[in-house]
Order: sequence, then structure tokens, then C-alpha cells
Amino acid sequence: MLSYTLRRLAGAIPTIFIIVTLTFFMIRLAPGGPFDLERPIDPLIMLNLQRAYGLDQPLWQQYLTYLGNLLQGDLGPSFARRDFTVNDLFAAGLPVSVMLGGLALGLAAVLGTFFGTIAALRQNSWLDYTIVALATFGITTPNFVVAPLLSLIFGVILGVLPAGGWSDADPRYWVLPIVTLALPQVAVIARLVRGATVEALRANHVRTARAYGLPARVVVGVHALRAALLPAVSYLGPTAAALMTGSVVVETIFGIPGIGRYFVQGALGRDYTLVMGTVVVIAIFVVVFNLLVDLAYAWLDPRVRYD
Amino acid sequence: MTKHLLLSTTALLFSAGLASAEVVLNRGNDTDPATLDHHRTSTVAEGNVLRDLYEGLTVQNGKGEAVPGAAESWTVSDDGLVYTFKLRDDAKWSNGDPVTAEDFAFAFTRIMDPATAAGYASILYAIKNAEEVNTGKLPLDQLGVKAVDAQTLEITLHTPTPYFLELLTHQTGYPLHKASVEANGDKYTQAGTMVTNGAYKLVSFQPNDKIVMAKNEHFHDAANVKIDTVNWIPFEDRAACLRRFEAGEVQICSDVPGEQMDYVKEKLPDALRIAPYLGTYYLPVKGKEGSPLKDPKVRQAISMVIDREFLASEVWQDTMLPGWSLVPPGIVNYVDDAPMLPYKDQDPLDREDAAKKLLEEAGVAEGSLSVELLFNTSENNKNTMAAVADAVSAIGIKATLNETEGATYFNYLREDGPYDIARAGWIGDYNDPQNFLFLMQSGVSFNYPKWSNADYDALMDKAAVTADLTERARIMAEAEQIFLNEVPAIPILYYSSRALVAPQVGGYEDNLMDAHGTRWLSLN
Repeated sequence: MLSYTLRRLAGAIPTIFIIVTLTFFMIRLAPGGPFDLERPIDPLIMLNLQRAYGLDQPLWQQYLTYLGNLLQGDLGPSFARRDFTVNDLFAAGLPVSVMLGGLALGLAAVLGTFFGTIAALRQNSWLDYTIVALATFGITTPNFVVAPLLSLIFGVILGVLPAGGWSDADPRYWVLPIVTLALPQVAVIARLVRGATVEALRANHVRTARAYGLPARVVVGVHALRAALLPAVSYLGPTAAALMTGSVVVETIFGIPGIGRYFVQGALGRDYTLVMGTVVVIAIFVVVFNLLVDLAYAWLDPRVRYD
Repeated sequence: MTKHLLLSTTALLFSAGLASAEVVLNRGNDTDPATLDHHRTSTVAEGNVLRDLYEGLTVQNGKGEAVPGAAESWTVSDDGLVYTFKLRDDAKWSNGDPVTAEDFAFAFTRIMDPATAAGYASILYAIKNAEEVNTGKLPLDQLGVKAVDAQTLEITLHTPTPYFLELLTHQTGYPLHKASVEANGDKYTQAGTMVTNGAYKLVSFQPNDKIVMAKNEHFHDAANVKIDTVNWIPFEDRAACLRRFEAGEVQICSDVPGEQMDYVKEKLPDALRIAPYLGTYYLPVKGKEGSPLKDPKVRQAISMVIDREFLASEVWQDTMLPGWSLVPPGIVNYVDDAPMLPYKDQDPLDREDAAKKLLEEAGVAEGSLSVELLFNTSENNKNTMAAVADAVSAIGIKATLNETEGATYFNYLREDGPYDIARAGWIGDYNDPQNFLFLMQSGVSFNYPKWSNADYDALMDKAAVTADLTERARIMAEAEQIFLNEVPAIPILYYSSRALVAPQVGGYEDNLMDAHGTRWLSLN
């Protein structure tokens, strides 16, 4: 198991290297640069600026410099947020995104599994139909609709929660963003768990468990659910990576200082280092969570072995 | 349980009582500043934040007028070239140090230092040798700024610049605390390190969250600063600011979502502030070599049929005003009857007939001219250009839209890329017509159409050395008349500032500069 994990982590290094290389050259293909603003800059001053940031050097040299710094964990200065390095920005923003995404994921996993199991156990009842209908609604409603609606209802009209803004210390600011992030995931997970549970309830090992005369809650809770969670777990891997690296929409609408906005702000503002940094962070999250999913498989499914 | 509830209620009341002792203002801003190093800033959003942190030699008061700031008085030599500023005795930095002439001289030298790569240094080129120093042709000590003694600063200009005192209110004219900048280098803007001389000092800066500033107790006018803490919150989503405003969480929004204008007008009429703003929205016309667009008659015809009233009221929901000149109205140092496009008050149908006649004179047959309208991504820009396309179709000109994403667009214009008709906006940095008319001078990088007119340039050069304000205004008006005859860029709208201001905010006065330093505000 340990050697498997180490092998997988070692295998991730070339993947991340390729991602970094591709991103580095792709972002440079986009016309314009970090200093092309609506307020144009004098050509001479532009030269000074490019020199100050090393943008006057040949591209291959900039690339090697970037790689060298990256190996030392230095993501470079931000071009558009010049009081900060990319490391500063992530040090402040990543904990916020990870916390919000993690809580949303936890909420979605618990609620989704609960509703999915109920729906499967009461298959084709009104309860099942209601859950499936709500789940379809949850999947199809985009978060740029849900977020302002929640803010309007709970922040402006009822006034029970902040309409926006952020506080590390006050959980009232966390509620609406977490709910917004979790809602579509609850829906997806509920549907996955429902489908898998329906199938698992008819599986051989569950029938055997029933034949042994095990109580229903053990049959469902241990034997059926374990098998039924597999599709949900493989879905949760990439979803966790996506949720924990922040959401542009949710962060913009609620005014949250996470890292989700940096990717879009960085790309539009040609903030090369910020875009690169975001890509590296997302890549690491995806690699790590895919590994966690594979490890969870071995734990959930006795047929899977990593030796 | 009951007792516990009672206790916690008391605690809540108590903490609320404490909180009310400290006056906190939550202000929305258009976006985060790129940096708090004012030498590296240029945008309006940056100016808003820096106005609270620093005090220049002159400052904008609550009405946006230039009044004495760190300088209590000054004298100007007879030829208008040498300004001698006397600093206030009680001007202090946020760490208690006195603000000295040396701090100003240090700041002016730093912004002109090529190594600083200050994107906006050119705004101060009126100072003697500034351009030469900034471009590395002269050493730093040749700059026309001299600290005569601790409280006397002498600035020498290379041409008389009647708007110089206005210009000094801009963030590029703020001082720097020499000792802390020298000690910390470019990191001097970090919270805890940054030393400022304005009404406020920096407490924290969390990107995409807020900038927190606390009252600077050493500020000379601290007794009259009524707000203790100001939180500057960036809102890229204007609707988010509106919601937080309605929820009472934010007291000032720096903008209003255009698409919700009807709602705001109906529900928040007292909070909505729309005021003339020092800015023009215009359409540079370039065209390829030999294109009919090179003919002023064709440009004039296009200008004639653009329905500016419709654009202002329908597309922009009255957040812009119909524009008929490059220099926006209300500006100082200008003639009373500023030149306007002659068909300003003409009936739209008559204008259309006149436009058709102009095209005929220019030999442009109906349907023979196709133009591309280039613009940077934004819902309002797109609707504006669609309306322009519709308008020119009435005189037989086919127009297609070409939407381009921001950074690409501005790079394209700057790199002199070919286009037919584009869009641009200009917000004045200081209250003077020169700040608009220079946009069309030959060789200026902002001259997007690359229009070059010898008479125009000659008039602008003459205005630059004319000390008599009335005469200077007349010369500049003459230059603008040439511009309006040729319309190398078609002015279509004047900007308005739009804001939401809660009724409990006092001292917020609408002004042309849209400058509202927190030191002039109060919260009741």
C-alpha cells in the first residue's frame, strides 16, 4: 500500500511538469500582456516594466527561471497584484477555499448519501420521485442563480444571515456559500447513491447476507451501502479537487477571498505567474484526490488490492 | 436556559454598545488596487483608496476642489515656472514623524526614476527635466524639485502649467516616508510597515476581501475626521454591492448595476447618486489607407446619425449623458461656450438627410461602405456598438461587430493594429481641458486613430506656453473646434458617476471629479 502510494506520487511529477510546461507557453500565446490596461502605458515605461519583471528575456530563459523557482516552491511575484507574491496570495486564499469546499463536500456527501439511500429503499414511491425530481432541479440550477437568490432571501429580505462578505471567525458568513456549493453536489451524489443502492440491493452478496438472517439495517448499512458508495466515491475525487480550489462564481457573488477568482482574474489580466500558480495548485489537488479515491476503493471493495 | 439567554442578550447589547463607540464605514470600490505603491497606480479605484492614505501638497475637498493639503501656502514666480510651497508645521506621518520637504522631493524623484517603472510618471512631465530623467537621458538630481529646507519645497516647471495645483491632487503627487521606503524597498506597502500622512493608516489588506484603514491620530486635522475605521470592499459584481447595501452591510457603493437601474430608481431613489463626471466615451475612427473613413465628411456623416439620446437613456439607463465634444462640460480653465458638434440640437431626421448629403459629396454610394466596429467585452459596449451599427445602416453603411477581450483589445490599439471604428473612454486625471485635448496630439500613444493635424498640434503647443488663462482657454477651444470639424474620433457620451450612498452618510457631495475622501464624510 505504501509503496503503491509512493509510486503514484512519483508518477505525478512528470504529469505536473507537462501541465506546467503547456500552461506556460499557452498563456504566452494569448495576445497582450500584464501591462495592457484601458489606460495605456507609455512605450518607454512599458520597456522599464518588462525589464523589471524579466519579461524582456527570451521566452525559453523565462521558462527555465520559472521552473527553477517552482522547484524551490517559489511561484513568483503577481503582476496584477503587485504588493503580493503568488505564494502570499495562496497562503491567504487557499485555507478559505479549502475550508469552504471541504465543508460543502462533507455536507453534500452526508445529505446525498442519506437521500439517495432513502430513495433506493423506497424505490418508485412518492418519496423516491420527490427526491429524484429535487435532485434533477438541483443539478440543472446553476450556482449563479442560486447564490444571488440565497443572498437576497436570507441576507436582504429576511436579514438573518450576511448578504455577502467574509469573516474567518464568524460562521454566519460561511453558511450561504457552503449551501450554494453543496446543493448541486447533494443532487448528484443522491442520484449516484440511489442508482448504485438499487443495484446493490439485488447483488449476490446482499442476498447471501439476507439469507443469513442478518437484520435489515446491517444488510443495508454495511453490505449494500458499501458497494453502493463506490460510484459516489469516484465522483467525489475530482469534485473535492474542484470545490477546494474555489469557485469563481460563488466567490464573486458573496465576496469571498478564496483562490477561485485568481484563475479567471489571472487569465484575463495576463497575470502569468498567478495563472501558473493556480494551475499548479489545481493539478496537485486533482492528483492527490484521485490517489485518495483509489485508496478508498481498496478499503471499500474487498476485491481491490494494491500490492 | 432563560438566564443563559438573558446573559447572552446582555452581552450582545454590551458589545453593540462598544461597537457604536467606534464609527465604521463600509465602502464599496470598483476593484482592488493593483498596489498601494502610488507610483505604480493609475486607476480610479486605486485613487479612491490612496486618497484616504495620503495627503498631497494640495488635496481635493469634499466638493472635489483643489485646496491646500500638506502645503499651507505657496508662491508662484511671475513667469509661472517656479512654485515654492510652504509645508504645514503640524503635518505628520502616521508614526509621528514630521512630513518634510525632503519626503516630497524623495517621492518626486522616485516616480521619475526609470528603475521604478512608474506607469503614470508622464502625468508629471510638466516638471522641469522630468521627461529626460524618466527616460534616462539625465541623472535623477537634475529633476526640477528641490527641498530648500525642512518645510520649503521648490518645484520648477518647464512650461507654465495653470493646472499644476489641480495636478498635485492626483495620487502621483503624494509624498513618501523616505526612511521607511528606503528601509523596506518595494515592500514598504505592507500593513504594519506602511507609513502614510493622510487621514487614515493601513491596518490590513486582504485581496478580494477588504482593505481596512484606521484613523491616523497624528493627522493634522484628526479632530475633524469623524469616521474611525473605513473598510474598502472590492465589488467586481455590482449587483453584490447592491444586495449588501440593501442589507445594510455597506453604506456606499461606488457603482450601480446598469441592468438593475429601474429597480434602484424605484426602490432607492434617495440613495442613488448620478452626477456629471469628468470623462468622455468616444469612437476613434481609423480605416485603412485610402478608405472613405479617411475623409472627414464621411466621419461627420457617421457622427451625425448616431442617436446619442437613445444611447444615454436606453442603453446606459441615464448613467451617461449625450456627448457632443471631447472635453466634457463643467471643466475649469475653459471657455464658457465650449465648442460642440454643430448638429447637437438638430432634429434627428434632418441630421440623417444632412448625413446622406455629406456621403454623396464624398462619393460614397449607398451600400458601398462596410465598417467593422471593434470594442472590448462588456454588455454596455456591445449594446452601444449595436446601436451605432443600426444608426449607420440608415445612411447605407453596413457595420459588423467585433468583440475582443480586454487585454487583447488594449494591446491591439496600442500596437497600432488596423481597425475601422473602435471605442475608448477617458476619465480626466485633473480638471483641465488639456487632459482631454492632448489625447489627439500627434505622437501621443493614446492617439488611437493616429490622427495628425499640424494646426491642432501648433495650437496645443501655443496653449502650453500661454500663462494667461483666458487666452489659453480660447486657444484650446480653437484646437477643439479643429478636432470637431475633422472628428478623427467621434465623441458620443459623457460619463456620469453613479453611486449608492446611504442616508446616514453625511458630507458626501456629488462632484465632477467623483472624489469623496473619507475624511470629509460622517456617519449618523
